[in-house]
Amino acid sequence: MTASTLHAPDAGVLAPSGSTLLAAVDSEWTKVRSVRSTMWSLLATVGIVLGLSALLCWAYVNRFDSMSIQDRFGFDPTLHSLRGVQLAQLATGVLGVLVIASEYSTGMIRTTFAAVPQRRTVLLSKALVFGAVTWVVGTIASLGGFLLGQAILSQKGVGVSLGDPGVLRAVLSGGIYLAAIGLLGFALGAILRRTAGAIAVLFGLVLVLPGLAQALPSPWNADISKYMPGQAGSAMLLVHPASDLLSPGTGLVVLVAWVVGLFAAALVLTHLRDA
Amino acid sequence: MIEARGLTKRYGPTLAVDDLSFEVRPGHVTGFLGPNGSGKSTTMRMILGLDAPDGGGIAVNGSPYRQHRFPLHEVGALLDAKALHGGRSARNHLLCLAKSNRIPRRRVGEVLDIVGLSEVGRKRAGNFSLGMGQRLGIAAALLGDPGILMFDEPVNGLDPEGVLWIRNLLKSLAAEGRTVFVSSHLMSEMALTADHLVVIGRGRLIADTSVKELTTGGALKVVVRSPRPELADVLRLAGASVTAEDGALGVTGLSSDDIGDLAFRNGLPIYELTPKAVTLEEAFFELTENSTEFRAESEARTYERQAS
Repeated sequence: MTASTLHAPDAGVLAPSGSTLLAAVDSEWTKVRSVRSTMWSLLATVGIVLGLSALLCWAYVNRFDSMSIQDRFGFDPTLHSLRGVQLAQLATGVLGVLVIASEYSTGMIRTTFAAVPQRRTVLLSKALVFGAVTWVVGTIASLGGFLLGQAILSQKGVGVSLGDPGVLRAVLSGGIYLAAIGLLGFALGAILRRTAGAIAVLFGLVLVLPGLAQALPSPWNADISKYMPGQAGSAMLLVHPASDLLSPGTGLVVLVAWVVGLFAAALVLTHLRDA
Repeated sequence: MIEARGLTKRYGPTLAVDDLSFEVRPGHVTGFLGPNGSGKSTTMRMILGLDAPDGGGIAVNGSPYRQHRFPLHEVGALLDAKALHGGRSARNHLLCLAKSNRIPRRRVGEVLDIVGLSEVGRKRAGNFSLGMGQRLGIAAALLGDPGILMFDEPVNGLDPEGVLWIRNLLKSLAAEGRTVFVSSHLMSEMALTADHLVVIGRGRLIADTSVKELTTGGALKVVVRSPRPELADVLRLAGASVTAEDGALGVTGLSSDDIGDLAFRNGLPIYELTPKAVTLEEAFFELTENSTEFRAESEARTYERQAS
Protein backbone atom coordinates (compact mmCIF):
# COMPACT_ATOMS: atom_id res chain seq x y z
CA MET A 1 0.00 0.00 0.00
CA THR A 2 2.10 2.82 -1.28
CA ALA A 3 1.34 5.88 -3.30
CA SER A 4 2.51 4.10 -6.44
CA THR A 5 -1.15 3.57 -7.26
CA LEU A 6 -1.53 7.31 -7.69
CA HIS A 7 -1.48 8.83 -11.10
CA ALA A 8 1.07 11.35 -12.20
CA PRO A 9 -0.08 14.88 -11.39
CA ASP A 10 -1.75 16.82 -14.12
CA ALA A 11 0.70 19.22 -15.67
CA GLY A 12 -1.91 21.60 -17.03
CA VAL A 13 -4.68 21.08 -14.56
CA LEU A 14 -7.61 19.22 -16.09
CA ALA A 15 -10.47 20.67 -14.11
CA PRO A 16 -13.77 19.47 -15.53
CA SER A 17 -16.10 21.87 -17.22
CA GLY A 18 -19.77 22.35 -16.43
CA SER A 19 -21.91 24.01 -13.84
CA THR A 20 -20.58 24.24 -10.31
CA LEU A 21 -24.16 24.64 -9.11
CA LEU A 22 -25.33 21.34 -10.63
CA ALA A 23 -22.32 19.52 -9.18
CA ALA A 24 -23.02 21.09 -5.78
CA VAL A 25 -26.68 20.10 -5.97
CA ASP A 26 -25.63 16.51 -6.79
CA SER A 27 -23.31 16.57 -3.76
CA GLU A 28 -25.95 17.99 -1.41
CA TRP A 29 -28.50 15.45 -2.61
CA THR A 30 -26.02 12.70 -1.70
CA LYS A 31 -25.50 14.36 1.71
CA VAL A 32 -29.23 14.39 2.45
CA ARG A 33 -29.65 10.73 1.49
CA SER A 34 -26.60 9.47 3.36
CA VAL A 35 -27.52 10.59 6.87
CA ARG A 36 -30.13 8.56 8.67
CA SER A 37 -31.31 11.37 10.97
CA THR A 38 -32.54 13.34 7.94
CA MET A 39 -34.67 10.43 6.83
CA TRP A 40 -36.09 9.98 10.34
CA SER A 41 -37.00 13.66 10.61
CA LEU A 42 -38.80 13.54 7.27
CA LEU A 43 -40.66 10.37 8.27
CA ALA A 44 -41.59 12.08 11.54
CA THR A 45 -43.01 14.99 9.56
CA VAL A 46 -45.35 12.68 7.64
CA GLY A 47 -46.19 10.72 10.79
CA ILE A 48 -47.10 13.85 12.76
CA VAL A 49 -49.43 15.20 10.05
CA LEU A 50 -51.17 11.86 9.46
CA GLY A 51 -51.41 10.98 13.15
CA LEU A 52 -52.77 14.32 14.28
CA SER A 53 -55.27 14.41 11.41
CA ALA A 54 -56.57 10.97 12.32
CA LEU A 55 -56.73 11.79 16.05
CA LEU A 56 -58.49 15.16 15.70
CA CYS A 57 -60.98 14.00 13.07
CA TRP A 58 -61.76 10.89 15.06
CA ALA A 59 -62.34 13.03 18.17
CA TYR A 60 -64.59 15.36 16.19
CA VAL A 61 -66.63 12.48 14.83
CA ASN A 62 -67.04 11.14 18.37
CA ARG A 63 -68.27 14.48 19.71
CA PHE A 64 -70.37 15.27 16.66
CA ASP A 65 -73.73 14.00 17.95
CA SER A 66 -73.55 16.09 21.13
CA MET A 67 -72.47 19.30 19.36
CA SER A 68 -74.59 22.44 18.98
CA ILE A 69 -75.57 23.75 15.56
CA GLN A 70 -73.24 26.76 15.93
CA ASP A 71 -70.27 24.50 16.68
CA ARG A 72 -71.06 22.45 13.62
CA PHE A 73 -71.50 25.57 11.52
CA GLY A 74 -68.06 27.06 12.09
CA PHE A 75 -66.29 23.82 11.28
CA ASP A 76 -63.59 23.82 8.56
CA PRO A 77 -63.08 20.12 7.72
CA THR A 78 -60.03 20.84 5.52
CA LEU A 79 -58.21 22.84 8.20
CA HIS A 80 -59.15 20.23 10.80
CA SER A 81 -57.37 17.51 8.82
CA LEU A 82 -54.32 19.78 8.29
CA ARG A 83 -53.80 20.76 11.96
CA GLY A 84 -50.80 18.43 12.07
CA VAL A 85 -48.96 20.79 9.75
CA GLN A 86 -48.72 23.31 12.60
CA LEU A 87 -46.88 20.73 14.70
CA ALA A 88 -44.87 19.21 11.86
CA GLN A 89 -43.44 22.64 11.05
CA LEU A 90 -41.28 22.17 14.14
CA ALA A 91 -39.78 19.03 12.57
CA THR A 92 -39.01 20.64 9.20
CA GLY A 93 -37.85 23.87 10.87
CA VAL A 94 -35.40 22.03 13.13
CA LEU A 95 -34.24 19.89 10.22
CA GLY A 96 -33.59 23.06 8.22
CA VAL A 97 -31.45 24.44 11.03
CA LEU A 98 -29.56 21.15 11.34
CA VAL A 99 -28.83 20.83 7.61
CA ILE A 100 -26.50 23.82 7.81
CA ALA A 101 -25.69 24.33 11.51
CA SER A 102 -24.52 20.73 11.94
CA GLU A 103 -21.90 21.37 9.26
CA TYR A 104 -20.62 24.25 11.35
CA SER A 105 -20.70 22.30 14.63
CA THR A 106 -18.84 19.29 13.17
CA GLY A 107 -16.40 21.37 11.13
CA MET A 108 -17.67 19.73 7.93
CA ILE A 109 -18.39 23.20 6.55
CA ARG A 110 -14.64 23.80 6.09
CA THR A 111 -14.37 20.58 4.10
CA THR A 112 -17.41 21.67 2.08
CA PHE A 113 -16.07 25.17 1.39
CA ALA A 114 -12.65 23.76 0.47
CA ALA A 115 -14.38 21.57 -2.12
CA VAL A 116 -16.72 24.33 -3.33
CA PRO A 117 -15.19 27.74 -2.55
CA GLN A 118 -18.16 29.52 -4.16
CA ARG A 119 -20.02 29.75 -0.88
CA ARG A 120 -23.19 31.23 -2.29
CA THR A 121 -23.35 28.24 -4.63
CA VAL A 122 -23.04 25.94 -1.61
CA LEU A 123 -25.85 27.70 0.24
CA LEU A 124 -28.06 27.87 -2.83
CA SER A 125 -27.58 24.18 -3.65
CA LYS A 126 -28.32 23.16 -0.07
CA ALA A 127 -31.46 25.28 -0.04
CA LEU A 128 -32.61 23.90 -3.41
CA VAL A 129 -32.15 20.28 -2.35
CA PHE A 130 -33.56 20.70 1.13
CA GLY A 131 -36.43 22.90 -0.08
CA ALA A 132 -37.38 20.41 -2.80
CA VAL A 133 -37.21 17.43 -0.43
CA THR A 134 -39.31 19.07 2.30
CA TRP A 135 -41.76 20.39 -0.28
CA VAL A 136 -42.32 16.89 -1.73
CA VAL A 137 -42.48 15.24 1.69
CA GLY A 138 -44.64 18.05 3.06
CA THR A 139 -47.06 17.76 0.15
CA ILE A 140 -47.31 14.00 0.62
CA ALA A 141 -47.94 14.55 4.35
CA SER A 142 -50.49 17.27 3.73
CA LEU A 143 -52.34 15.30 1.06
CA GLY A 144 -52.24 12.14 3.15
CA GLY A 145 -53.46 13.95 6.25
CA PHE A 146 -56.32 15.47 4.28
CA LEU A 147 -57.44 12.19 2.68
CA LEU A 148 -57.19 10.30 5.99
CA GLY A 149 -59.07 13.01 7.87
CA GLN A 150 -61.84 13.27 5.28
CA ALA A 151 -62.25 9.49 5.24
CA ILE A 152 -62.91 9.65 9.00
CA LEU A 153 -65.13 12.75 8.80
CA SER A 154 -67.23 11.20 6.02
CA GLN A 155 -68.67 8.84 8.62
CA LYS A 156 -70.81 11.80 9.70
CA GLY A 157 -71.07 13.18 6.19
CA VAL A 158 -69.08 16.34 6.99
CA GLY A 159 -66.06 15.56 4.85
CA VAL A 160 -65.09 17.57 1.78
CA SER A 161 -63.28 16.55 -1.41
CA LEU A 162 -60.28 18.01 -3.23
CA GLY A 163 -62.64 19.25 -5.95
CA ASP A 164 -64.52 21.59 -3.60
CA PRO A 165 -63.71 25.30 -3.92
CA GLY A 166 -60.50 26.34 -2.16
CA VAL A 167 -59.75 22.86 -0.84
CA LEU A 168 -56.98 21.80 -3.22
CA ARG A 169 -55.30 25.17 -2.73
CA ALA A 170 -55.36 24.73 1.04
CA VAL A 171 -54.03 21.17 0.89
CA LEU A 172 -51.16 22.08 -1.47
CA SER A 173 -50.36 25.04 0.78
CA GLY A 174 -49.57 22.53 3.53
CA GLY A 175 -46.51 21.31 1.61
CA ILE A 176 -45.44 24.85 0.72
CA TYR A 177 -45.81 25.92 4.35
CA LEU A 178 -43.69 23.04 5.67
CA ALA A 179 -40.95 23.69 3.09
CA ALA A 180 -41.02 27.45 3.80
CA ILE A 181 -40.63 27.00 7.57
CA GLY A 182 -37.85 24.50 6.85
CA LEU A 183 -36.06 27.07 4.68
CA LEU A 184 -36.60 29.72 7.34
CA GLY A 185 -34.80 27.40 9.78
CA PHE A 186 -32.08 26.85 7.18
CA ALA A 187 -31.52 30.58 6.70
CA LEU A 188 -31.39 31.16 10.47
CA GLY A 189 -28.99 28.23 10.85
CA ALA A 190 -26.72 29.76 8.19
CA ILE A 191 -26.88 33.20 9.81
CA LEU A 192 -26.32 32.10 13.42
CA ARG A 193 -24.19 28.96 12.73
CA ARG A 194 -25.34 27.51 16.07
CA THR A 195 -27.98 24.81 16.29
CA ALA A 196 -29.49 25.80 19.64
CA GLY A 197 -29.51 29.51 18.93
CA ALA A 198 -31.08 29.12 15.51
CA ILE A 199 -33.81 26.78 16.81
CA ALA A 200 -34.59 29.23 19.61
CA VAL A 201 -34.89 32.16 17.21
CA LEU A 202 -36.99 30.11 14.78
CA PHE A 203 -39.45 29.02 17.45
CA GLY A 204 -39.53 32.55 18.82
CA LEU A 205 -40.35 33.93 15.39
CA VAL A 206 -42.98 31.34 14.53
CA LEU A 207 -44.56 30.59 17.92
CA VAL A 208 -43.72 33.21 20.55
CA LEU A 209 -43.59 36.60 18.81
CA PRO A 210 -47.14 36.45 17.38
CA GLY A 211 -48.41 35.98 20.96
CA LEU A 212 -46.28 38.86 22.24
CA ALA A 213 -47.47 41.08 19.41
CA GLN A 214 -51.03 40.50 20.59
CA ALA A 215 -50.11 42.34 23.79
CA LEU A 216 -49.39 45.53 21.84
CA PRO A 217 -52.09 48.20 21.77
CA SER A 218 -54.65 48.05 18.97
CA PRO A 219 -54.39 48.22 15.96
CA TRP A 220 -50.71 47.22 15.95
CA ASN A 221 -51.37 43.93 17.69
CA ALA A 222 -53.37 42.37 14.86
CA ASP A 223 -51.41 44.10 12.11
CA ILE A 224 -48.03 42.96 13.32
CA SER A 225 -48.95 39.44 14.27
CA LYS A 226 -50.63 38.61 10.95
CA TYR A 227 -47.42 39.46 9.11
CA MET A 228 -45.36 37.02 11.18
CA PRO A 229 -44.26 33.97 9.14
CA GLY A 230 -46.37 31.44 11.05
CA GLN A 231 -49.56 33.50 10.84
CA ALA A 232 -49.00 34.40 7.19
CA GLY A 233 -48.47 30.72 6.40
CA SER A 234 -51.51 29.62 8.39
CA ALA A 235 -53.66 31.95 6.30
CA MET A 236 -52.83 29.78 3.28
CA LEU A 237 -54.29 26.70 4.96
CA LEU A 238 -57.78 28.21 5.34
CA VAL A 239 -60.52 27.43 2.87
CA HIS A 240 -62.58 30.40 4.09
CA PRO A 241 -60.38 33.45 4.82
CA ALA A 242 -60.46 34.62 8.45
CA SER A 243 -60.85 38.28 9.46
CA ASP A 244 -57.72 38.38 11.68
CA LEU A 245 -55.47 36.76 9.05
CA LEU A 246 -54.23 37.78 5.61
CA SER A 247 -55.84 36.38 2.46
CA PRO A 248 -54.24 33.09 1.29
CA GLY A 249 -52.50 34.81 -1.63
CA THR A 250 -51.08 37.63 0.48
CA GLY A 251 -50.10 35.07 3.12
CA LEU A 252 -48.02 33.21 0.53
CA VAL A 253 -46.32 36.42 -0.61
CA VAL A 254 -45.49 37.44 2.97
CA LEU A 255 -44.16 33.98 3.87
CA VAL A 256 -41.99 33.85 0.74
CA ALA A 257 -40.73 37.37 1.52
CA TRP A 258 -39.60 36.18 4.98
CA VAL A 259 -37.74 33.24 3.46
CA VAL A 260 -36.13 35.29 0.68
CA GLY A 261 -35.16 38.11 3.06
CA LEU A 262 -33.48 35.87 5.61
CA PHE A 263 -31.86 33.75 2.91
CA ALA A 264 -30.40 36.86 1.27
CA ALA A 265 -28.92 37.88 4.64
CA ALA A 266 -27.50 34.36 5.00
CA LEU A 267 -25.89 34.58 1.54
CA VAL A 268 -24.22 37.89 2.27
CA LEU A 269 -22.94 36.88 5.72
CA THR A 270 -21.68 33.48 4.58
CA HIS A 271 -19.80 35.08 1.70
CA LEU A 272 -18.12 37.66 3.92
CA ARG A 273 -17.32 35.75 7.11
CA ASP A 274 -14.38 33.46 7.83
CA ALA A 275 -15.50 29.85 7.87
CA MET B 1 2.77 26.15 -6.53
CA ILE B 2 1.64 28.19 -3.54
CA GLU B 3 2.73 31.82 -3.23
CA ALA B 4 2.11 34.01 -0.20
CA ARG B 5 2.88 37.74 -0.43
CA GLY B 6 2.74 39.98 2.62
CA LEU B 7 0.07 37.75 4.12
CA THR B 8 -1.44 39.28 7.26
CA LYS B 9 -4.30 38.12 9.46
CA ARG B 10 -5.65 39.75 12.59
CA TYR B 11 -8.08 38.26 15.13
CA GLY B 12 -9.19 41.24 17.17
CA PRO B 13 -6.07 42.70 18.77
CA THR B 14 -3.94 39.61 18.02
CA LEU B 15 -1.78 39.53 14.94
CA ALA B 16 -1.99 35.84 13.99
CA VAL B 17 -0.03 36.13 10.74
CA ASP B 18 2.28 39.07 10.17
CA ASP B 19 3.50 40.06 6.70
CA LEU B 20 4.32 36.51 5.69
CA SER B 21 5.83 35.81 2.26
CA PHE B 22 6.97 32.44 1.00
CA GLU B 23 6.68 30.04 -1.92
CA VAL B 24 6.02 26.34 -1.96
CA ARG B 25 7.39 24.62 -5.05
CA PRO B 26 6.55 21.34 -6.74
CA GLY B 27 8.69 18.24 -6.39
CA HIS B 28 9.60 18.77 -2.74
CA VAL B 29 8.14 18.13 0.64
CA THR B 30 8.05 21.58 2.18
CA GLY B 31 7.76 21.56 5.94
CA PHE B 32 5.83 24.34 7.63
CA LEU B 33 7.42 24.52 11.01
CA GLY B 34 6.59 26.56 14.06
CA PRO B 35 5.55 26.24 17.69
CA ASN B 36 1.89 25.72 18.53
CA GLY B 37 -0.07 28.91 17.99
CA SER B 38 2.47 30.40 15.61
CA GLY B 39 -0.05 30.83 12.78
CA LYS B 40 0.44 27.66 10.74
CA SER B 41 -3.20 26.60 10.70
CA THR B 42 -4.39 30.16 10.08
CA THR B 43 -2.08 30.37 7.08
CA MET B 44 -3.36 27.07 5.75
CA ARG B 45 -6.96 28.20 6.17
CA MET B 46 -6.11 31.31 4.16
CA ILE B 47 -4.55 29.17 1.42
CA LEU B 48 -7.89 27.36 1.13
CA GLY B 49 -9.86 30.60 1.15
CA LEU B 50 -11.60 29.67 4.41
CA ASP B 51 -10.29 32.76 6.18
CA ALA B 52 -9.77 36.00 4.29
CA PRO B 53 -6.42 37.78 4.78
CA ASP B 54 -6.48 41.31 6.23
CA GLY B 55 -3.47 42.21 4.12
CA GLY B 56 -1.44 40.72 1.31
CA GLY B 57 -2.60 37.66 -0.56
CA ILE B 58 -2.03 34.05 -1.30
CA ALA B 59 -2.25 32.36 -4.68
CA VAL B 60 -2.65 28.72 -5.59
CA ASN B 61 -1.52 27.90 -9.14
CA GLY B 62 -1.54 31.61 -9.86
CA SER B 63 -4.90 32.71 -8.51
CA PRO B 64 -6.69 32.94 -5.16
CA TYR B 65 -8.31 29.69 -4.07
CA ARG B 66 -11.84 31.06 -4.08
CA GLN B 67 -11.57 31.79 -7.80
CA HIS B 68 -10.99 28.13 -8.63
CA ARG B 69 -13.78 26.00 -10.06
CA PHE B 70 -13.69 22.37 -8.91
CA PRO B 71 -10.52 23.00 -6.84
CA LEU B 72 -10.17 19.41 -5.58
CA HIS B 73 -8.53 18.63 -8.94
CA GLU B 74 -5.77 21.09 -8.06
CA VAL B 75 -5.47 21.13 -4.28
CA GLY B 76 -6.10 18.39 -1.75
CA ALA B 77 -5.96 19.32 1.90
CA LEU B 78 -6.26 17.71 5.28
CA LEU B 79 -6.74 20.40 7.90
CA ASP B 80 -8.81 18.66 10.54
CA ALA B 81 -9.57 14.96 10.40
CA LYS B 82 -12.63 15.46 12.60
CA ALA B 83 -14.21 17.94 10.19
CA LEU B 84 -16.91 15.62 8.90
CA HIS B 85 -20.43 14.49 9.72
CA GLY B 86 -19.99 11.49 12.01
CA GLY B 87 -23.23 9.89 10.90
CA ARG B 88 -22.10 9.44 7.31
CA SER B 89 -20.09 6.41 6.17
CA ALA B 90 -16.53 6.96 4.98
CA ARG B 91 -17.53 5.99 1.47
CA ASN B 92 -20.50 8.38 1.39
CA HIS B 93 -18.43 11.20 2.87
CA LEU B 94 -15.96 10.82 0.01
CA LEU B 95 -18.78 10.41 -2.50
CA CYS B 96 -20.32 13.75 -1.45
CA LEU B 97 -16.95 15.46 -1.96
CA ALA B 98 -16.35 13.67 -5.28
CA LYS B 99 -19.71 14.74 -6.68
CA SER B 100 -19.17 18.37 -5.76
CA ASN B 101 -16.11 18.40 -8.04
CA ARG B 102 -17.31 16.00 -10.76
CA ILE B 103 -14.83 13.33 -9.74
CA PRO B 104 -15.91 9.87 -10.99
CA ARG B 105 -17.41 7.53 -8.38
CA ARG B 106 -14.77 4.81 -8.93
CA ARG B 107 -12.12 7.18 -7.58
CA VAL B 108 -13.72 6.84 -4.13
CA GLY B 109 -12.88 3.14 -4.07
CA GLU B 110 -9.37 3.87 -5.32
CA VAL B 111 -8.50 6.35 -2.59
CA LEU B 112 -10.00 4.09 0.08
CA ASP B 113 -7.62 1.39 -1.18
CA ILE B 114 -4.66 3.75 -1.14
CA VAL B 115 -5.19 4.67 2.53
CA GLY B 116 -6.18 1.13 3.53
CA LEU B 117 -9.76 1.82 4.58
CA SER B 118 -11.59 -0.28 1.97
CA GLU B 119 -12.91 -2.73 4.54
CA VAL B 120 -14.43 -0.06 6.78
CA GLY B 121 -15.71 2.14 3.95
CA ARG B 122 -19.32 1.45 4.86
CA LYS B 123 -18.85 2.14 8.59
CA ARG B 124 -19.87 5.43 10.16
CA ALA B 125 -16.91 7.81 10.08
CA GLY B 126 -17.86 9.13 13.55
CA ASN B 127 -16.76 5.84 15.12
CA PHE B 128 -13.31 5.92 13.51
CA SER B 129 -10.18 6.06 15.66
CA LEU B 130 -7.95 9.11 15.32
CA GLY B 131 -5.63 7.20 13.01
CA MET B 132 -8.45 6.00 10.77
CA GLY B 133 -9.91 9.52 10.69
CA GLN B 134 -6.51 10.82 9.63
CA ARG B 135 -6.39 8.24 6.82
CA LEU B 136 -9.89 9.20 5.70
CA GLY B 137 -8.83 12.85 5.61
CA ILE B 138 -5.85 11.89 3.44
CA ALA B 139 -8.15 9.88 1.16
CA ALA B 140 -10.29 13.02 0.76
CA ALA B 141 -7.18 15.05 -0.10
CA LEU B 142 -6.13 12.53 -2.77
CA LEU B 143 -9.63 12.32 -4.26
CA GLY B 144 -9.11 14.76 -7.14
CA ASP B 145 -5.56 13.50 -7.85
CA PRO B 146 -4.32 17.06 -7.24
CA GLY B 147 -0.90 18.52 -8.01
CA ILE B 148 -0.82 20.32 -4.66
CA LEU B 149 -1.27 18.57 -1.34
CA MET B 150 -1.45 20.22 2.02
CA PHE B 151 -1.55 18.51 5.41
CA ASP B 152 -1.87 20.14 8.82
CA GLU B 153 -0.08 18.07 11.47
CA PRO B 154 -0.80 14.77 9.71
CA VAL B 155 1.12 12.52 12.12
CA ASN B 156 -0.66 13.77 15.23
CA GLY B 157 -2.06 10.86 17.19
CA LEU B 158 -0.80 8.19 14.82
CA ASP B 159 0.93 4.99 15.89
CA PRO B 160 4.52 4.41 14.70
CA GLU B 161 3.33 2.36 11.74
CA GLY B 162 0.98 5.18 10.70
CA VAL B 163 3.73 7.77 11.09
CA LEU B 164 6.02 5.76 8.84
CA TRP B 165 3.25 5.35 6.31
CA ILE B 166 2.58 9.10 6.14
CA ARG B 167 6.28 9.84 5.84
CA ASN B 168 6.61 7.53 2.84
CA LEU B 169 3.39 8.81 1.31
CA LEU B 170 4.54 12.44 1.51
CA LYS B 171 7.90 11.59 -0.04
CA SER B 172 6.42 9.58 -2.89
CA LEU B 173 3.87 12.31 -3.63
CA ALA B 174 6.70 14.83 -3.91
CA ALA B 175 8.75 12.39 -6.00
CA GLU B 176 5.86 12.29 -8.47
CA GLY B 177 6.38 16.01 -8.96
CA ARG B 178 3.62 17.25 -6.70
CA THR B 179 3.77 20.22 -4.39
CA VAL B 180 3.59 18.89 -0.83
CA PHE B 181 3.16 21.33 2.05
CA VAL B 182 3.01 19.83 5.51
CA SER B 183 2.90 21.57 8.86
CA SER B 184 4.30 20.30 12.11
CA HIS B 185 5.52 21.53 15.46
CA LEU B 186 7.87 18.54 15.64
CA MET B 187 11.24 19.39 14.13
CA SER B 188 12.37 15.76 14.49
CA GLU B 189 9.52 14.71 12.19
CA MET B 190 10.36 17.41 9.66
CA ALA B 191 14.03 16.40 9.69
CA LEU B 192 12.96 12.98 8.42
CA THR B 193 10.37 14.10 5.89
CA ALA B 194 10.99 17.57 4.52
CA ASP B 195 13.48 18.83 1.95
CA HIS B 196 12.62 22.46 2.39
CA LEU B 197 11.43 24.41 5.41
CA VAL B 198 9.31 27.46 5.99
CA VAL B 199 9.77 28.32 9.66
CA ILE B 200 7.47 30.76 11.41
CA GLY B 201 7.14 32.07 14.95
CA ARG B 202 4.40 34.36 16.18
CA GLY B 203 3.06 34.68 12.65
CA ARG B 204 6.34 35.97 11.18
CA LEU B 205 8.71 34.29 8.78
CA ILE B 206 11.87 33.16 10.58
CA ALA B 207 13.48 31.10 7.86
CA ASP B 208 12.76 29.91 4.33
CA THR B 209 15.53 27.47 3.61
CA SER B 210 16.44 23.91 2.75
CA VAL B 211 16.86 21.47 5.61
CA LYS B 212 20.50 21.00 4.55
CA GLU B 213 21.30 24.71 4.71
CA LEU B 214 19.64 25.07 8.06
CA THR B 215 21.58 22.23 9.66
CA THR B 216 24.98 22.94 8.11
CA GLY B 217 24.79 26.66 7.58
CA GLY B 218 25.16 27.50 11.26
CA ALA B 219 28.46 27.40 13.11
CA LEU B 220 29.71 23.85 13.27
CA LYS B 221 30.68 22.73 16.74
CA VAL B 222 33.58 20.42 17.54
CA VAL B 223 33.80 18.56 20.82
CA VAL B 224 37.39 18.20 22.04
CA ARG B 225 38.60 16.19 25.01
CA SER B 226 42.11 16.65 26.34
CA PRO B 227 43.80 16.04 29.75
CA ARG B 228 45.55 19.45 29.42
CA PRO B 229 43.31 22.41 30.28
CA GLU B 230 45.68 24.90 28.57
CA LEU B 231 44.36 23.64 25.21
CA ALA B 232 41.39 25.95 25.73
CA ASP B 233 43.68 29.01 25.82
CA VAL B 234 45.57 27.85 22.73
CA LEU B 235 42.31 27.50 20.81
CA ARG B 236 41.01 30.88 22.01
CA LEU B 237 44.26 32.51 20.87
CA ALA B 238 43.65 31.00 17.44
CA GLY B 239 40.28 32.78 17.34
CA ALA B 240 37.86 30.04 18.39
CA SER B 241 35.15 30.41 20.98
CA VAL B 242 35.39 27.70 23.58
CA THR B 243 32.92 26.52 26.17
CA ALA B 244 33.42 23.90 28.86
CA GLU B 245 31.10 20.98 28.34
CA ASP B 246 31.13 18.31 31.02
CA GLY B 247 34.75 17.26 30.92
CA ALA B 248 35.23 18.34 27.32
CA LEU B 249 35.44 21.56 25.32
CA GLY B 250 32.85 22.77 22.86
CA VAL B 251 34.70 24.63 20.13
CA THR B 252 33.23 26.77 17.38
CA GLY B 253 35.10 28.82 14.82
CA LEU B 254 37.74 26.21 14.01
CA SER B 255 37.45 23.02 12.03
CA SER B 256 38.46 19.69 13.57
CA ASP B 257 41.51 19.64 11.28
CA ASP B 258 42.68 23.04 12.58
CA ILE B 259 42.16 21.93 16.18
CA GLY B 260 44.17 18.72 15.60
CA ASP B 261 47.05 20.66 14.00
CA LEU B 262 47.11 23.25 16.79
CA ALA B 263 47.19 20.58 19.49
CA PHE B 264 49.98 18.72 17.72
CA ARG B 265 52.11 21.85 17.29
CA ASN B 266 51.71 22.66 20.97
CA GLY B 267 52.40 19.12 22.07
CA LEU B 268 49.02 18.67 23.71
CA PRO B 269 47.43 15.21 23.60
CA ILE B 270 43.84 14.81 22.43
CA TYR B 271 41.52 11.97 23.48
CA GLU B 272 38.50 12.95 21.46
CA LEU B 273 37.84 15.17 18.49
CA THR B 274 34.25 15.03 17.26
CA PRO B 275 32.70 17.39 14.72
CA LYS B 276 29.00 17.82 15.68
CA ALA B 277 26.41 18.41 13.02
CA VAL B 278 23.76 20.80 14.25
CA THR B 279 20.48 18.95 14.45
CA LEU B 280 17.42 20.53 12.96
CA GLU B 281 16.05 20.73 16.47
CA GLU B 282 19.01 22.84 17.67
CA ALA B 283 18.86 25.05 14.60
CA PHE B 284 15.17 25.54 15.12
CA PHE B 285 15.58 26.49 18.76
CA GLU B 286 18.32 28.89 17.85
CA LEU B 287 16.08 30.52 15.25
CA THR B 288 13.02 30.82 17.46
CA GLU B 289 15.11 31.95 20.43
CA ASN B 290 16.40 34.81 18.36
CA SER B 291 12.89 35.75 17.42
CA THR B 292 11.75 35.79 21.05
CA GLU B 293 14.79 37.84 22.05
CA PHE B 294 14.04 40.30 19.32
CA ARG B 295 10.49 40.54 20.53
CA ALA B 296 11.53 41.01 24.16
CA GLU B 297 13.95 43.74 23.12
CA SER B 298 11.46 45.66 21.07
CA GLU B 299 8.90 45.36 23.85
CA ALA B 300 11.42 46.70 26.35
CA ARG B 301 12.11 49.61 24.07
CA THR B 302 8.42 50.37 23.85
CA TYR B 303 8.17 50.38 27.63
CA GLU B 304 11.16 52.71 27.89
CA ARG B 305 9.59 55.08 25.45
CA GLN B 306 6.34 55.04 27.34
CA ALA B 307 8.16 55.63 30.64
CA SER B 308 10.15 58.61 29.38
